[in-house]
Amino acid sequence: MAQIASITLLHNDDARPIIEAILADNPGVRVLNMPGAVKLDCDDELIVKRASVEERLGRPWEPQEIQLVLVSMAGNLDEDDDWFKLSWKH
Amino acid sequence: MAPKKLGLKQRYAHMTRGLDWETTYQPMDAVFPYDTFEGIKIKDWSAWEDPFRLTMDAYWKFQAEKERKLYAVLDAFAQNNGQTGVSDGRYVNVVKLFLTGISPEEYQAHRGFAFTGRHLRGAGPRVACQMQSLDELRHIQTQIHTISHYNKYFDGISEFPHMHDRVWYLSVPKSFFDDARTAGPFEFMIAIGFAFEYVLTNLLFVPFMSGAAYNGDMSTVTFGFSAQSDESRHMTLGIEVIKFLLEQHPDNLPIVQKWVDKWFWRGHRVLGLVAMMMDYMLPKKVMSWKEAWEIYFTEAGGSLFQDLARYGLKAPKYADVATADAEHISHQNWAVFYQYTHAAAFHTWMPDKEHLDWLSEKYPNTFDKYYRPRWEMWAEMEKQGKRFYNPSLPQLCQVCQIPMAYTEPGDPTKIAFRCSEVGGETYHFCSDGCKDIFDGEPEKYVQSWLPVHQIFQGACGGATIPDVLNYYRMNVGADNMDYVGSPDEKLWNEWHAGKAREAV
Ligand SMILES: [Fe+2]
Ligand SMILES: [Fe+2]
Ligand SMILES: [Zn+2]
Repeated sequence: MAQIASITLLHNDDARPIIEAILADNPGVRVLNMPGAVKLDCDDELIVKRASVEERLGRPWEPQEIQLVLVSMAGNLDEDDDWFKLSWKH
Repeated sequence: MAPKKLGLKQRYAHMTRGLDWETTYQPMDAVFPYDTFEGIKIKDWSAWEDPFRLTMDAYWKFQAEKERKLYAVLDAFAQNNGQTGVSDGRYVNVVKLFLTGISPEEYQAHRGFAFTGRHLRGAGPRVACQMQSLDELRHIQTQIHTISHYNKYFDGISEFPHMHDRVWYLSVPKSFFDDARTAGPFEFMIAIGFAFEYVLTNLLFVPFMSGAAYNGDMSTVTFGFSAQSDESRHMTLGIEVIKFLLEQHPDNLPIVQKWVDKWFWRGHRVLGLVAMMMDYMLPKKVMSWKEAWEIYFTEAGGSLFQDLARYGLKAPKYADVATADAEHISHQNWAVFYQYTHAAAFHTWMPDKEHLDWLSEKYPNTFDKYYRPRWEMWAEMEKQGKRFYNPSLPQLCQVCQIPMAYTEPGDPTKIAFRCSEVGGETYHFCSDGCKDIFDGEPEKYVQSWLPVHQIFQGACGGATIPDVLNYYRMNVGADNMDYVGSPDEKLWNEWHAGKAREAV
């Protein structure tokens, strides 16, 4: 069975560029809309790339800012200056 | 030349490592007296990784931003009389259950993490625990602030701290946290950090808060998701602690496995309250408990335990029983609260036709066969003026403290009973899961403060139900009983009559 890497974000204006960046950078991502929040699931690994968010946001953005709109996640976290990655790969 | 800016990983290393020291005035074992007796072996505390790499300055910055956003929403909600715009007056009972049953556990989590944040020997986990301790304090504060607005209009909320320490069903979450906080620091971390935060908290917060959003409660959804943004950090701490313990020494595995089994089962029992909330108390429903269990336990928990298998850790014992329970637990809990509505600080009701049909659709294997006929009979009895109340006091499970109303695995027509004998006394349990926990540590659980036993011992205000309700500070006729006929309902109907008049 594939392991599911997952992130749940608030469904608001602040999160929209992040959601769009995830959709663009993670082929095969599945979307579950809930009132107030959106859950994004990927097999094995899911990545949020700083450059992709900045491109949509039009300003510098640090991956740590994701904490302001983060609701939940699944997978082992790897956070660095350029990405926020959830993964079950070793 | 301008100094090169450090990367996140380097910054974090500089801000968190090398700041602690080996004590010399006192031996380290005297300074950290609690982190060895549980048998956990740690070879190298510095191997601890905090993937969030959050430094204190960044922590304050983000938390302040979250608070500003939250309080802007709370102000707007109060100014616009948001309480009149929720889906139905029944909805507020969800908020009551949250404040009385869950918010006090935020405070217990705060105290528990303050303790572990003092008593673990490694600086990395100490810092992470201290941040979590502050988060949990923020959670209870924001929850009280948010719900205090509802307290101006609705019953059942005002005595929540007093009730928490006394009322029969509130002893279920209370005893869960009491149990964790009276364990050693490592067990506490597995209990709350791993089992509760990582494996089960999604089932608590995401459906509760999505439910609040869907039912028009902007203030609750905002505190909920604001708290949940901290929760992701807590989940990371939970998964980190388990990996750390399992990597440090092979002898840790059986100890950790026993804790995982225990706290999974205990958490599953506590979450039965959430199951009931989702399936019965939300006027507009987000998803059924069974669906939530599939997403957040079967699917998410499946991925997690598949990952942890490389350390030899197995999925929690009785995970299969808990999954089978997801077909029953919300219905069995609602039946208990309906029968004992005179002793509960929120309102109950029998589902209407539309709601019954939704339950039939969501629970095709069980609802029509085992529960719908009972609800229809009770609704019929109400119509005839013979509303069913259970006047006796229920037997409680010695471990989870829930009335013994759950059924045998595989036979939903038969109540499950288990027991153990210790020191010439018989102790009763709702399930094999609870019995195992007791048998593993009988000297702890023989001391449980069980609300029904305490009533019979005369420790709860007197021998009659009115005496006990008085001891609970229950405002009889307002806080308790059915929604229909309650002051809450009357107020709600007045607001809506007012709105209808304005509309014409
Ligand atoms: Fe919390
Ligand atoms: Fe938490
Ligand atoms: Zn039990």
